[in-house]
Amino acid sequence: MNILRPLILTAGFLFLWQLLVTLTGAPPYILPGPLPVGHALVDKFPVLLSHLGTTLAEILLGLALGTVLGTSAALVMILSPLLKRWMLPVLVVSQAIPVFALAPILVLWLGYGMASKVAMAVLIIFFPVASSFYSGMQRTEPDLLELARIMGAGPLAVLRTIVIPSALPAFASGLRVATAVAPIGAIVGEWVGSSAGLGFYMLHANARMQIDVMFAALTVLAVTSLTLYFIVDRLLDRLVYWQPRQGIQ
Amino acid sequence: MDLSTIQAAPDIVLEGINLDFAGQPLLTDLTLRLPGGRTTCILGPSGCGKSTLLKLMAGAPSLDFSGTIRFDPQVASPGQVAWMSQNDLLLPWFTLLDNVLLGARLRGSLSHEKHAKALALISEAGLTGYEDKLPSALSGGMRQRGALLRTLMEERPVILMDEPFSALDALTRVRLQNLAARLTAGATVVLVTHDPMEALRLGHRVIVLGGTPVRVLQTIEPSGLPPREAGSPEVSNLYPELLRELMNGEVA
Repeated sequence: MNILRPLILTAGFLFLWQLLVTLTGAPPYILPGPLPVGHALVDKFPVLLSHLGTTLAEILLGLALGTVLGTSAALVMILSPLLKRWMLPVLVVSQAIPVFALAPILVLWLGYGMASKVAMAVLIIFFPVASSFYSGMQRTEPDLLELARIMGAGPLAVLRTIVIPSALPAFASGLRVATAVAPIGAIVGEWVGSSAGLGFYMLHANARMQIDVMFAALTVLAVTSLTLYFIVDRLLDRLVYWQPRQGIQ
Repeated sequence: MDLSTIQAAPDIVLEGINLDFAGQPLLTDLTLRLPGGRTTCILGPSGCGKSTLLKLMAGAPSLDFSGTIRFDPQVASPGQVAWMSQNDLLLPWFTLLDNVLLGARLRGSLSHEKHAKALALISEAGLTGYEDKLPSALSGGMRQRGALLRTLMEERPVILMDEPFSALDALTRVRLQNLAARLTAGATVVLVTHDPMEALRLGHRVIVLGGTPVRVLQTIEPSGLPPREAGSPEVSNLYPELLRELMNGEVA
């Protein structure tokens, strides 16, 4: 049943897609059917794969760096009330700036290479990671902290043994969101200026009216993003085994 | 509990305690002396301030009060008190054994001796075979037994218990009360409860609180040693009286 459902959904989606193409009579340079896209996928697979390598590296680097920075910021805020008072408003205001608008500036500053795309992904995922981890730590059961105080625990032992594990389910939710949005950061960065990656290849194909190739790149990106999400989701389920069951079942 | 390894259980003395809650006086000039090495049950209606009183004895830093709380013979409060609450507070990421060893882990004093003692306590509480289970795999009664063992592992001369058995079904509650009475014998135990039966079964002394501001309505010392049988004369004779006193306290 677990395998059957996605298969039926995929088949239904492909059927509707073909139905739309047939009913509207859209030309292939506007909306190609699933079959030409499938052909393009097979024909261009080695090229797609090499561009995927670039995009995936940007996504993974962005995720790793954003997670390290986000968790560090949350830890600093929980450990130092003074720094928190300065950092929290900056964090909130930073969310008011549309990150995509920064993409051209990042490319200008960091160049057409990988750095600007990784920075873009980091900017997008920093907030969900930092805010979920921070609020998770803040919501630690007060009675647990009182118990630890009575037991004579030091602040670092409380942080390590009680506060951080208490926050991990919330952090896991934030990381799931981050995993879902990280590819967007990388692709937007590539659209603004790059010489490799699936976003670059999509623009390249679009300019040459190879819409089937564009759709093939989009398919590869979607499958990659979904796979990445599922891997992270399952991994978090296993590592943070005390969180309430969630994610796509 | 083997008291040879720990300090003598002190009296707990509260003198002239004043404490406001939400702008209203909750405790006014309250003075109590709880005998060392005995179990004192503090009985009172919900919201009368019994749990607050217990937190005061635990030295909660967030409570703003005036008056004196001291142990007699005088010992510093930190390191003397163990705490058990209504909520078992077992850490869901730790196994039962790790939860029982929580205090030692937090203080960085885990050792083979502590490990062996925790296993012995687990065995004494009938939980052998569950050492490596997570709290989510344990029943409510088992979890609360785990919380009791974690409290006993602290080997503190003063044990403060805040309605520790109130969330359990009747049968589990009686079993756990018996276990607690056996394992905490010799320590100064303060047990807050709203259940007169529990107070009569477990207390060397029962203090009834009530009224606004809170005052001591009655102090009873039932004959015999805890844990008393629920049907024994000392329990069944005093039960209606205590219930009546509690009701009076609620409307006072």
